[in-house]
This record gives sequence, structure tokens and C-alpha cells, in this order.
Amino acid sequence: MREASLALRRRFQLPRSTNFTLTLGGIILAVYVLMAVFGRFIAPYGIDDQDLLSSLAPPSAEHWFGTDALGRDIFSRVIVGAYYTLSAAMVSVALASIAGVIIGILSGYGRGLLATALAALIDLLLTIPSLVLAVVITSVINSSVVGLIVATTITFIAPMARLVRSRTLEIQQEDYVQAARGLGAGNPRIMLRHVLPNAMTVILVEASLAAGQAVLVATALGFLGLGVPPPAPEWGTMLGEGREYLGSAPHLVLCPALAISILILGFNLFGDGLRDRLDTRSE
Amino acid sequence: MLSFLIRRILRIIPIAFCVVTILFFLFQLVPGDPALLIAGPMASPEEIAQIRHSIGLDQPLLVQYWDRISGLAVGDFGYSLTFKGSPLPQVLARLPATLWLTAVSIALTIVIGIPAGVLSALNRGRIIDNAVAVVVVGFLAIPNFCIGLLLITFLSVELGWLPSFGFEDWRSVIMPALALAARLIALVARMTRNVMIEELRKDYVRTARAKGLRRNTVVVRHVLRNALIPVVTVIGLQAGYLLGGAIVIERLFSWPGIGDLLINAVGLRDYALIQGITIIFVVGFLLINLATDLLYMAINPRLRDA
Repeated sequence: MREASLALRRRFQLPRSTNFTLTLGGIILAVYVLMAVFGRFIAPYGIDDQDLLSSLAPPSAEHWFGTDALGRDIFSRVIVGAYYTLSAAMVSVALASIAGVIIGILSGYGRGLLATALAALIDLLLTIPSLVLAVVITSVINSSVVGLIVATTITFIAPMARLVRSRTLEIQQEDYVQAARGLGAGNPRIMLRHVLPNAMTVILVEASLAAGQAVLVATALGFLGLGVPPPAPEWGTMLGEGREYLGSAPHLVLCPALAISILILGFNLFGDGLRDRLDTRSE
Repeated sequence: MLSFLIRRILRIIPIAFCVVTILFFLFQLVPGDPALLIAGPMASPEEIAQIRHSIGLDQPLLVQYWDRISGLAVGDFGYSLTFKGSPLPQVLARLPATLWLTAVSIALTIVIGIPAGVLSALNRGRIIDNAVAVVVVGFLAIPNFCIGLLLITFLSVELGWLPSFGFEDWRSVIMPALALAARLIALVARMTRNVMIEELRKDYVRTARAKGLRRNTVVVRHVLRNALIPVVTVIGLQAGYLLGGAIVIERLFSWPGIGDLLINAVGLRDYALIQGITIIFVVGFLLINLATDLLYMAINPRLRDA
């Protein structure tokens, strides 16, 4: 039965599972991207517009997510805040992926001292818990969007490098690499034309899942007061500020928390869906 | 066995050495003069020069580096601005709270995650399986500090059941540990479910049932034992996440552990303290890895000779 259905799918080139997760994840991410790009035009109020008379107001028709201690509209701040978290997550994962892929392929493919040293460096960085590493790095860099991106980027290089390294070691054993070498292809050509394209599936899936984690790290740093400083409407920073009012105005915390969680959900679904869609190795 | 243990413990030393090296050069990037920070704004240039000399800042970089490394070898963790001396006693005093939090989190993971996965696998496709799947997806998406904030909002502020901060009685640990463990519980439940389903299909299950063993006996004695091997690996691999997550959770619940201390140290730019805590985190991570490997061997006898 199972074999039959597999044969059917292969015949019609259908993906192994439905693309529901990939589609849902994609839709969620698209909404966030729109929020990040057009946030300031969509938001019903300005992010710094204070209305002290209606401070800490609960959600209402006028203010969908309520207002904060200064009477600022939380709905608008959450929408505009997508820019900080999304760009921090995507830029840092993109940079970390580039660095991780270079380090991973060089350390997996090479044989010399450099490869050994890079492999040791990967293992070393992996022994520092990622959030500890990010927090320590923020102690050197001033808190700002750039600082946030640097800290998050460095955190995600080692996991990506480890993954690419192990995939490179696998690919190296494949016949087509031996064949290419037999035909006289040089190392750079083999790395770029054979190893990299074949590792691309794992890289894309890992990058998508890492982006979800990057959202977590970036907002956690904001929550700890080490991210983008107020009054920027960064979600983690908003959570940190809203914590003071948990008793009287829980919406200050619940709304940004919801925004963060759904974004991470989007990246997770997208990554899982992508893996189901692209992964042909686990058959 | 013993030589394996000794080898693994000895391997921690060069790793800690490398971590210190990275931190040393990382902290060189910091703008500003640490001696100025120690001396305070009212200090005269002579006093600053005096301090600079006393902690070796007037030495060349490599000499400073050597002093740092050789100092560590004899247990000198540098000069902490916060504690006006070695940061080590304060770090060690705060360590038990973090260990307690992490241990309770791992216990919760085992007690909740594994049974949830087993139940899910045994009731595949039924309501309970779907319910577990939904909770798993949620726990993986909601950051631990958001779960912590939700717990505080509902369990302490609304219902008044549990204390929301500090370290008083046994009840204080419940919310932070649950918030910290949530992600790991989800990963373990999902992993247990998938491995159990895989194992339940195997021939030895049918054989065991055919020879008259009851279903529960087969599940607990045979299937679960085999399924636990990858599950233990997941717990061990994610332990680093648990240690890192402890930073945020400790801050949120005002938990007096080393994660909370690290945030204070970063706020005060107390680099000796930051370095000390980072080393403790790294050593803790390596020890948990070692414990995972030992557990692995206990579960899977085939690995004992390796």
C-alpha cells in the first residue's frame, strides 16, 4: 500500500505530504513582511502619539490592542515593530548562513590545517549556549539594531556550519564528486558546482528554522533590555516595559507576545513544510 | 569506563582555555578604559594610573593575556568591578539556584514529555494525539519568556496560586521551570511519538505479543526502552538551550541564579564577572553532554565497549 502510494506520487511528481504547512507558513510570513514594509502606512495611529488621558486602556474598538502607559496605541506599535524583529531575524540568518556555509564547506572539504582549525572552532562555539553567546556579545556592542543583528548573527553561524560540514562530508563520498575529480575538476569548481547545490536543501530548511530561533533570540535580548532601546516599538523591548503592568494591564504583554509567537510559528511551519517538500533523501 | 570518564573530563580544560581566549580578545574590542570604570569619575590621573598598573593594564596585550590564562590555572578569575575582588565566590553562591532550576526543568521534561509522546503514539490519529500535536506546535512557537509571562498573568496575578518571583519555597520553582522546559517538553513529546510509532511496527513487538506478553509490558519493557535512546540524545543536545534559556527565565522571575547575575554583569560591563559566568555555563554544558553519553551507555549496552 505504502509502496503503491509512493510509486503513484513519484509518477505524478507529487510532494510527499500536503503542502498545507508550507502554504500556511508562507502566508503568515507574507503578512509579516507586509507589516514590516508598509507598517507606518497601515498603522491607524502614530507609534509615538501619546494620549495620556487614555493610558493603559484595555482593548477596545478604538484601540484594538489597547494602549500602553503613555497612551500609545499598541496595535500600531506592534505592526510597525514587525520591521525590527523581522529584519533582525532575516538579515542575521542570511549573514550567518553565508558565513556558516563557507566555514562548513571549507572545513568539510579541505584537509589541511585550516579545515581542522575551522572544525575545532565550530565545536568550540557550539559549547557556548546560544543565548549566553548573544548576551556576552551585546556587552561589547552598544544596544542598537546593528548590535542586535551582530549578536544574533554570531549565534547562528556555528549550528549552520556544523550542518553544512556534515553534509559536505557526505557529499564528498558520492560518485559524482569522484567522477568530477576524475575529469580534472579543481577543488573550487567541485565545491561550488557539486557540493554547494547538493547541500542547498539542508541549508534552506535550516535557515528557515533558524530564522524562527533568531526571532526568539532577538526578542529575548530586547526583553532583557539589551536589544533596541525604547522608545522604538521593538516587541521584546515592549514586553520588558509592559512587564511592570502585568497586574493592571496584561494586554501590554499579551499582544507583543502573540505577534512574536505567530511569527515564530510561521517560520517553523515554513521550515517544516520546506523540508517535507524538498527532502528526497529520507525516502 | 573509568579511563573514558577521565579523558572526557580532561577534555574540558582545553575547551575552557579556548573560550577564555576568545572572550579575552572579544573584550579588547570594547571602547573605553576599564581602569576609569574601576576608579570612578572622581579619581585623579595618578589613581587611575595606579589602578591600571595594579591590574596589569599597562602591560603589552600578550603579557596581559598570559597573566589571565596563568591566573585562571590557579583559580584567579580576575577583578570584578561589582564585587571589588574575585567574582568566583559570588558566582558559586548563585550556582545552586540555576542548577536547581535546570534540574527541575529536565525532570518536568521527562515526566511530561515522554508520557505525552507515548500516549500520542499509542492513540495515533485520535483526539489525544491531535491535542498533543497542537500543544507541541504551540510550545515550539511561543518563546519561553512569553510562556513565563502568561503563567505569571494567569497563575499568580489572576488566580494567586503561585508566587511570581524570587526563591522562597518549593512552589517558587514551578512556573520558571515549566516556562523553561516548555520547548524541550514539546521536542521530547514529538520525538518520543515518532520513534515509538517506528518501533511499534517492528517484528519484535509482534513476537513479544505472540508469546503472550501483555500490551503494556511490551510497550514499557521493550518498545520504550528502544525508543528512549534517541530521546535521551535530544534532551542532552538541547541542554545548552536550557542553560541559555535560564538567563531570560531567571531575569523574568527574579530567580537568584547565575543567568540573572550575567545580565547584571553585562549591564555594569563587569568583564571579569561575565567571563567567570560564561566559563561556568560552558563547563556545565560539557558536563551535561558527558552525563548524556553516560546515560546513553546505560540504556544501550552495545555502546559500552566503544
